[in-house]
Amino acid sequence: MFTLCLEFKIIMPRKRRELYNKEICACSIFGAMNRDGDRFTAEGVMKAIANMHVRGNGLGGGFAAYGIYPDYRDYYALHLMFTGHDWEAKRSAKQDFDAFLCENFDVVHDEEVPHRDESTVTDPPLVWRYFVLPNKKGDEAQLSDEDYVVKKVMWVNTQIEKAFVFSSGKNMGCFKGVGYPEEIGEYFMLDRLYRAYTWTAHGRFPTNTQAWWGGAHPFSLLDISVVHNGEISSYGTNRWYLEMYGYACTLQTDTEVIAYAADLLMRRQHLPVELVAKILAPPIWNSIDRMNESERKLLTALRMVYGPLLMNGPFAIIIGQTGKMIGLTDRIRLRPLTAATRGAMFYLSSEEAAIRLISPQLDDVWTPNGGEPVVGELKNIRMVKDEVIRLS
Amino acid sequence: MKSFVFPEFQIIRDEAKCGQCRGCERQCAFGTHRYDEAQDRLISDDYKCVGCQRCVIFCPKDAIVVKPTQSFYRPNASWSREKLEDLKRQAETGGVILTGCGNDKPFRIYWDHIVLNASQVTNPSIDPLREPMELRTFLGSKPDFMGVEVENGDVEIETKLSPNLMVETPILFSAMSYGAISYNAFRALATAACKSGTYFNTGEGGLPREMREEFGRCAIVQVASGRFGIDAEYLNCAAAVEIKVGQGAKPGIGGHLPGEKVSAEVAATRMIPVGTDAISPAPHHDIYSIEDLSMLIYALKEATNYEKPISVKIAAVHNFAAIASGIVRAGADIIAIDGLRGGTGAAPKAIRDNVGIPIELAISSLDRRLRDEGIRNRASIIAAGGIRCSADVIKAIALGADAVYIGSAALIAMGCTLCQKCYTGKCNWGICTQDPRLAGRLNTEIAATRLSNLIHAWSHEISEMLGGMGINALESLRGNHDHLRGIGLYEWELDVLGIKGAGE
Repeated sequence: MFTLCLEFKIIMPRKRRELYNKEICACSIFGAMNRDGDRFTAEGVMKAIANMHVRGNGLGGGFAAYGIYPDYRDYYALHLMFTGHDWEAKRSAKQDFDAFLCENFDVVHDEEVPHRDESTVTDPPLVWRYFVLPNKKGDEAQLSDEDYVVKKVMWVNTQIEKAFVFSSGKNMGCFKGVGYPEEIGEYFMLDRLYRAYTWTAHGRFPTNTQAWWGGAHPFSLLDISVVHNGEISSYGTNRWYLEMYGYACTLQTDTEVIAYAADLLMRRQHLPVELVAKILAPPIWNSIDRMNESERKLLTALRMVYGPLLMNGPFAIIIGQTGKMIGLTDRIRLRPLTAATRGAMFYLSSEEAAIRLISPQLDDVWTPNGGEPVVGELKNIRMVKDEVIRLS
Repeated sequence: MKSFVFPEFQIIRDEAKCGQCRGCERQCAFGTHRYDEAQDRLISDDYKCVGCQRCVIFCPKDAIVVKPTQSFYRPNASWSREKLEDLKRQAETGGVILTGCGNDKPFRIYWDHIVLNASQVTNPSIDPLREPMELRTFLGSKPDFMGVEVENGDVEIETKLSPNLMVETPILFSAMSYGAISYNAFRALATAACKSGTYFNTGEGGLPREMREEFGRCAIVQVASGRFGIDAEYLNCAAAVEIKVGQGAKPGIGGHLPGEKVSAEVAATRMIPVGTDAISPAPHHDIYSIEDLSMLIYALKEATNYEKPISVKIAAVHNFAAIASGIVRAGADIIAIDGLRGGTGAAPKAIRDNVGIPIELAISSLDRRLRDEGIRNRASIIAAGGIRCSADVIKAIALGADAVYIGSAALIAMGCTLCQKCYTGKCNWGICTQDPRLAGRLNTEIAATRLSNLIHAWSHEISEMLGGMGINALESLRGNHDHLRGIGLYEWELDVLGIKGAGE
């Protein structure tokens, strides 16, 4: 079933012995979802994440938005980052990528992602988006569209220097970079150009290495995006397990393993989100041993089979997915997460104050237990209204 | 023929303290001490002393000191004393030099060049006295994915899971056969394993019938080239079956239990006549290729109704990782690898000291090999050979092992002092002997308590180190090279271990 790992040789662009560089960061996370599928701009979300300004240090901010490309909803929206010292270098990275893209995909539309030139952010890369369909040939014809896209994304991220695919889902997109999240939001004009039914946001406080645009959150693969506050101490273990399934961890941060784990478990292995939560943050053995027989059997089997995907260390995450927004903390709950609802709105945030700022009245506010997922789902799948958004 | 080898040890007796109780005389099976009635004093023969320290510890007056002799040959970097003496002994006997225990040569001990990580600020360290700390480990094959059927909120597992061994701590007792070690020592290992939530390995000498009901559930039974003591009940009473292909102390050669050690009980357990030599051939004579091994693995699975994991134990040699990968594909659920410093009851010294590779390097290359081939989840790795303390265990796991086997460490817990005279059958500590007078010295209950204390102490230390790294489940450290750094190693060694240098 999983042929990726055998066909696809992972070649890491780094010293043989230097297995990876892991960045450690503390952060703010925020998510807002309209469960009726009504779409809204990022204005409120930017206000909320800005309210948690001091949880970040200006070295990374980003957003994931679902339902923003209704015109191109059947196409994979690839967001590309081309880095380099000067314009020429960025253009040449783009040329390399374009050559690859034409070989492997049918491109129906592409354009530079609109941004404000007068912005305060520093050293922005060239950010481009492509709406594509797979053009599968030869041996790859047997892959599903999604496996094919994953394989190509991994290839680009490991093989084309200075080109990074940081968003690859349908009717969704990530926007991220170095700066405070409100600056990134303004840079990409998220409050004016896009309307989404789910927004997730992230403000970053990395404690080491110089920040780079690709290292900001969210991390995304296909339509799954992850914003994360915490440090994954099990990174090395999670990483080798995911590499066996063809995922190349290239973005130099521990958060991407969560995105890949979610993709592996939810998309490829079709496990329901409740079980995925029990894999990422399983109950302790003492609790499992006291459960009734069927529960004990199930949870024991999950830990036995998926032990390498246990996310150890402190974390709070918001996973975005088409039609879903999921909040989860580590099993001993070492990072904050607050959930709230107001009418059709569903909120997740590092701090309650950020939610109250944009929605002073709430129907329900609660603190989820460690390891217990909170899931917001669209009530009905009418994610796309027939609207056309003018892209500059 | 006059021997030209002088004594290894010098026995110093404090005559003022000695009470002529003759305890030392009774303690030493090698006949080192002798009471001289005429002088009313004890006389020691340095030539006979093996340095096992039994008399020193059991002298009620603390009157004895045994230390390396002060005599020396003219120092010579090339012709060390050991080389000279081995040569002289061979000139005198014309034989192969035998020895016991593991390789004692100063090959680099990588454990001592690897340091562990700890949490500071960004990730809180966890206090194992206050928070749960989980060492539970499953040994065996895991599927690539687990299919489930969800109906009305009830989750049904669809994938058929392979049998796994569950250990509460990742430390198992290595294969030591009844025959090589005494019944009391063997039973102590079994008792401690059951008490500590782990497993002992019977070695190739069978499992005495009267022990099967009580200790079978925590036994890994071995099938070795001699096929001693194997019947359907032996295989089915155990938790797992291990095919022994090789041993770290003597890769490529078989075993030989001399007839003197084959007592009536040993003979019954091994299913051979009393007093006959029990010879294990170097290879299994039904395994000359990987497909033959696969047939034996599946024969054992058939014999145990696919209810028990099958382990294959091999010595870590140069190309072992590729072989181990073949063994996983041949159907093994567990690969046990035994490194250069693995122990033995008897081995030719030339083999013990010169064949094989260190376990630290072996763990890392095997783990990487299986990961590269995408089959790491299909088998667990148990590492053996040279595990001396809890830090070695945790480093082995971070390098990629699922659990470790301890052999020498367990014997030391029972009293062994690594005098390397196991092959003589005269173990003064009652461990490696079938002499009823000597074997009776080892009290099963006390030895079992010492063993379970050791497991408890190591497990606690592992929890402390794990908590310090901010990890509360051992599975999150497995193969997690991020938590290791090397010190004083060459680039190629860091490459093979797959770790960065300290400070990098």
